[in-house]
Amino acid sequence: MNPSGNASALPRGKGLGRRIRDNWQLYLLLLIPVVITVIYKYIPMYGIQIAFRDFKATRGYAGSKFVGLKWFERFFTAPTFGRMMKNTVLLSLYSLLWSFPIPIILSLCINQLRFNRYKRVVQTVLYAPHFISTMVICGMLRIFLSPSGGLVNLLFGSSIDFLTQSSAFRTIYVASGIWQDAGWGCIIYLATLSNIDTSLYEAAKVDGASVFQRIMNVDVPALLPMAILMFIMSAGSLMNVGFEKVWLLQTDLNKATSDVIAVYVYQQGIENAKYSYSTAVGLFNTAINLILLFVVNKISSKASDVDFV
Amino acid sequence: MKKTHSMSDRTSDIILVVITAIVLLIVAYPIYYVLIASVSNPYDVYAGKTFLLPSEFTLRGYTAVFADPNILSGYINSIKYTVIGTIFSVVMLYITAYPLAQRDLPGRKFFSIFFLITMYFGGGLIPTFLVVKQTHLIDSIWALFLPGGVAVGNMIIVRNYFQNSIPRDLIEASEIDGCSKLRTFVSIVIPLSKPILAVMVVFSMVAYWNDWFTALIYLTAEKAPLPLVLRNILIKSSASASQAATISGGYAELNKLTEMIKFSSIIVAAAPMLIVYPFVQKYFEKGFMAGAVKG
Repeated sequence: MNPSGNASALPRGKGLGRRIRDNWQLYLLLLIPVVITVIYKYIPMYGIQIAFRDFKATRGYAGSKFVGLKWFERFFTAPTFGRMMKNTVLLSLYSLLWSFPIPIILSLCINQLRFNRYKRVVQTVLYAPHFISTMVICGMLRIFLSPSGGLVNLLFGSSIDFLTQSSAFRTIYVASGIWQDAGWGCIIYLATLSNIDTSLYEAAKVDGASVFQRIMNVDVPALLPMAILMFIMSAGSLMNVGFEKVWLLQTDLNKATSDVIAVYVYQQGIENAKYSYSTAVGLFNTAINLILLFVVNKISSKASDVDFV
Repeated sequence: MKKTHSMSDRTSDIILVVITAIVLLIVAYPIYYVLIASVSNPYDVYAGKTFLLPSEFTLRGYTAVFADPNILSGYINSIKYTVIGTIFSVVMLYITAYPLAQRDLPGRKFFSIFFLITMYFGGGLIPTFLVVKQTHLIDSIWALFLPGGVAVGNMIIVRNYFQNSIPRDLIEASEIDGCSKLRTFVSIVIPLSKPILAVMVVFSMVAYWNDWFTALIYLTAEKAPLPLVLRNILIKSSASASQAATISGGYAELNKLTEMIKFSSIIVAAAPMLIVYPFVQKYFEKGFMAGAVKG
């Protein structure tokens, strides 16, 4: 083995050069992820400049003609711009407002279950949908929502073609999102709750507190900081509407509510090969997200000492 | 827990069980329904005769799924991508997390920020696509793995686990015994990190098994993983040409089989991950907790 391995066990207070040499193996380990990250994460960041250029592959990033804000102007004046903005914001806002409280309520209930085997079954089943591909979820949705013999229409005795109704799209998107991830969202809260000192429950019991009172006075205060953190984190990605589900559930007839920026970026960039334009639209979306992230992080670090960036 | 519970405790027990049972039903029933439908006559499914039990039990949907060359090659591709991708991702997580878990590593903060930035900011779809193109990864399976780089969120969980859950004494003892950092990593840290390793293996497996968007952009049709193959069946609702050619019973029979394939292919695609995750479920909470504590 390398002699420097011995030296690393010596007491601290060595020079910087020495400490770097002692850790050469660690830097070697880091080298691979660093190189991959530079190539596939940082070079694309450098490539963002094509949003301000008329990108031609033959001329390269910096060699293509500079066009200023041309692509952004084109996007802002596109006929569907207003619709896409509205749909993107509303879809994520509704998702956030609905899917945030449900895991909290669920985990408060699950945590107080006293039958351990049952508790375990509940957790296992609730996590299951998280492990299913969006493709499969959307396939199930298409089957369930079919106007002829779909489960939903069978249960309600109706024959509505839900995926052609733009008024139904947001509900479908949000509800299926809750179905898939509410259970998984419980994990972090259940972990927090399992760390509560049991003597608190004992004391509450001695005081004659009912289960409901124990939830309100012991569990809820214990969850609050984590809940605030989770809320802030999801608020910071308000413009991150998942491309996959929208794209798979979109039909020509529900576009009034299903047309979102992420799908537009894909269509313009990959399908139409308008590289510069698509990059500009994507950058606009990322910029809003970053601003939101900084704002909420500022508010949160002021409000509750929580700092996550 | 052998205490006698008060009356109100028993009432609230019942309320909690009822609430969770309803939630349980809502989550489990759609999956159960697809399972039942996959072994039933599709006409009965669409007539609403299979809410609880299958009708005219048959495995024809499944034999058809595995006889379809496209689905079969998708399945094999998915297994391949999942195995290679999981090994790649977990190795990347470990070789990044271990150096960053050393509090005295010069440059630790720089490297941490270097990785953290990619969590909040990226080049976006097209600039990444162009780099993948320039590095000649279009239609190479490495396009599925390399552009993902390091899963930074998971890396932080692993790093915190290294810092908080592996006894420092053991590491110091091994270093005093003359083990190099690398040797300590391989023979002390990795074996002691099995719970978090199990969780990360499952997370990566699930991510690669379920991914189709990367393949949609970078790979040609014959390299498509299972979910992308299923897109034609589930989303576009088109029977594959090879199916149509082998069916003798005419259009009605083809129609029936197409519907059966929808249900059975859902089960075939979802089953592997649904079977795997309960085995590591007990580590989820522990892993998250150990990883969530700030290091």
